[in-house]
Amino acid sequence: MIKVEFLGPIQKPTLELEIQNLNELAAILQADAEVSDWLDSCAVAVNDTLVSSLEAPLKDGDRISLLPPVCGG
Amino acid sequence: MLSIHNGALNVPHILKEWYEEESHSNYGAYIPFVGTVRSEDGIDGLSFDVYEPILYRWFHEWEEKATKLGAKIKMAHSLGDVMLHESSYIAAVFSPKRRVALELIDEFVEDFKASAPIWKYDLKDGKRIYAKDRSTAISGSGILGAKQ
Repeated sequence: MIKVEFLGPIQKPTLELEIQNLNELAAILQADAEVSDWLDSCAVAVNDTLVSSLEAPLKDGDRISLLPPVCGG
Repeated sequence: MLSIHNGALNVPHILKEWYEEESHSNYGAYIPFVGTVRSEDGIDGLSFDVYEPILYRWFHEWEEKATKLGAKIKMAHSLGDVMLHESSYIAAVFSPKRRVALELIDEFVEDFKASAPIWKYDLKDGKRIYAKDRSTAISGSGILGAKQ
């Protein structure tokens, strides 16, 4: 089971999905009208490490975070 | 050293505390940057969400970079609401000589704006509105949106 959490202004509860990789997650979220508009501007972290490729493998218990555009200060 | 505070920062207290912590560390320069909420566009204040696990990792990388230059970075940021003329952000660099500190505070604050996982909202007419137009996508964003 992979947990997917949506940070900051994305108003969506955490998902629990049976997926093997980020390509599967991309397909699921692109079909989800609640979050699809955010995807082009979101960074992705696996277990709190930012990733730059969908090829990063996932394992049971991994936690994915979606980080929308930031503005601290 | 990174600290997250509920609500506005107590600026005099934090600056004094940092000064005293390093007063015998033989740094020749202490350069603080203080971010204060300005009145603009009719806002009553700002509000912040912070994702601490990635923020602490990001900050740790900067601590290591500063250490290699013989410098030290400190940062404090608010969580939740900060009203007009209160402060939500302090960063400071200590270094043996001024040039390193001046350059590092500039680089650090710019990267903070572009990379730190903090989200800003305008407080206006009783609402909390995401400051989308002033926000920056973190480097590498968009991989989930690419059509396959």
